[in-house]
Amino acid sequence: MELSRRDLFAAGGKLLILASVGATLEQITGAAPPSEAYNVAEHWWGMLVDIDKCIGCGNCVRACSKENQVPQGYFRTWVERYQVGEDQQPHVDSPNGDIDGFPADTRTDVKSFFVPKLCNQCAESPCVQVCPVGATFVSPDGVVLVDMDYCLGCRYCIQACPYGCRYLHPETNTADKCTLCYHRITQGLTTACCEACPTGARQLVDFKNPKDPVHEYMRNNKVQILKPYMATGAKVYYKDLDGSVR
Amino acid sequence: MRQFLRDSGHLVRPAVVLIVGIAAFLLIRTALIPKAFGQYGHYDAAALDRIRQHPVSFAGQDACVMCHDDQAKARAAGKHAHVSCEACHGPQAAHANADDPSAHKPALPDVANLCRRCHEKDAAKPKDFPQVVTAEHSGGALCTACHQPHNPHL
Ligand code: HEC
Ligand code: HEC
Ligand code: HEC
Ligand code: HEC
Repeated sequence: MELSRRDLFAAGGKLLILASVGATLEQITGAAPPSEAYNVAEHWWGMLVDIDKCIGCGNCVRACSKENQVPQGYFRTWVERYQVGEDQQPHVDSPNGDIDGFPADTRTDVKSFFVPKLCNQCAESPCVQVCPVGATFVSPDGVVLVDMDYCLGCRYCIQACPYGCRYLHPETNTADKCTLCYHRITQGLTTACCEACPTGARQLVDFKNPKDPVHEYMRNNKVQILKPYMATGAKVYYKDLDGSVR
Repeated sequence: MRQFLRDSGHLVRPAVVLIVGIAAFLLIRTALIPKAFGQYGHYDAAALDRIRQHPVSFAGQDACVMCHDDQAKARAAGKHAHVSCEACHGPQAAHANADDPSAHKPALPDVANLCRRCHEKDAAKPKDFPQVVTAEHSGGALCTACHQPHNPHL
């Protein structure tokens, strides 16, 4: 049988159409299989920070840096020391993010306290809203994550974060941030910072777990999120937060 | 019918080209977009699993206690009861999860700096936290000369 060019095009065209219909159908219907054991729908992660327990030792900063190989000079979590006069104007320092601790300061003419900072895991996150490529997102279990493979390094999210929690990783040139130790919490461990905190000033919490002590904690304590007027839906709750904290 | 097909032939041909073009577009699109993209939202759901692959450095409290009964008991009896092992010993997953932990024996903490980080007097620390001006308090001696690290009570 002689195969004309016309026949070839006709057959090729049909094949192409069939294949595309098949592929599109598969994309619409065939969802990836859910990860074993861990069900994203059953969790909603956040953190409690108890200012009155923080001793500023920097254990969390060092632990985070080691656990996540955070490049030197960049921080996914850090501790600030506030020294507030009667005018409520704070003087804030955080030498090298507190990774080597604070120089001792025993002056008592000001109100002073430590404030650990980290990504607030916002449910309505501004950083996610500005991402042009879907590289950063709120996971179904409430953690704001960055997909390194999708990130272009445009830095929009770094600008958008009201809490200054993001940086551009100097080696990968992609946006980087606290993952709430996603690799740990999804296998039943707590975050590295909570593991290393000696006083329980930080506590990982799961709002969807009915047995989590967070429910009782939220009933019995007065808590506050940072910059509530930004309506970010932050899920890091601070107890005994002073009004001067920004 | 034949008459109609022949007359509208100039329409059928571009239509066929259009359909083939759309088909090619869909095919390339599915080839390029990851399978899990859009499963939960406008992102690749497979990224969740990629992020979970990150190795663990801190083994966690429960692991240490399993093997180190002596230290665990000593600690539970004292004021460091709620200070986790790795708060002082640093990340020890390589040690705790090794087939032979004694082959990956961790270096012991540097006592001269360790205790000071938590206990050096600072006005910003909570008032009820035990603090000392270490230089005056220890007179230059190592803290462990008088205190046991696992149960610091004298
Ligand atoms: C599977 C059992 C096992 C686990 C889990 C384990 N260890 Fe060990 N550890 C050992 C053994 C065995 C030795 C070696 C003891 C020796 O040779 O004297 C050791 C030694 C040590 C030493 C050094 C002792 C010395 O004399 O130098 C430290 C510190 C230590 N472990 C801390 C930890 C911490 C912290 C953890 C939790 C992250 C941990 N270990 C988990 C079994 C374990
Ligand atoms: C407050 C800090 C601190 C905590 C918490 C702590 N350690 Fe230690 N640990 C030390 C120091 C400091 C030494 C070294 C003592 C020395 O040099 O004599 C030590 C020594 C050890 C040793 C060596 C043997 C010994 O007893 O001297 C082991 C094993 C050990 N720790 C295991 C643990 C385990 C397991 C835990 C958790 C249950 C733990 N440690 C919690 C500070 C701590
Ligand atoms: C990671 C932080 C941390 C480190 C490091 C640490 N401690 Fe502690 N220490 C604590 C905490 C937390 C308490 C409990 C405070 C409380 O009960 O409110 C405590 C309690 C104490 C107490 C009891 C004070 C009292 O009121 O009776 C002593 C003494 C002490 N530590 C000595 C030491 C010595 C010595 C070292 C070094 C080997 C050390 N600590 C290292 C966190 C630390
Ligand atoms: C010469 C022995 C000696 C040395 C060295 C020593 N301590 Fe003490 N420490 C004591 C004694 C004794 C007490 C109890 C005194 C008291 O209750 O006032 C004490 C109490 C403490 C307390 C509890 C204070 C409080 O307010 O309840 C802390 C914290 C402490 N020491 C930390 C340290 C640290 C950190 C070091 C190392 C820099 C250290 N000690 C070195 C003897 C020593």
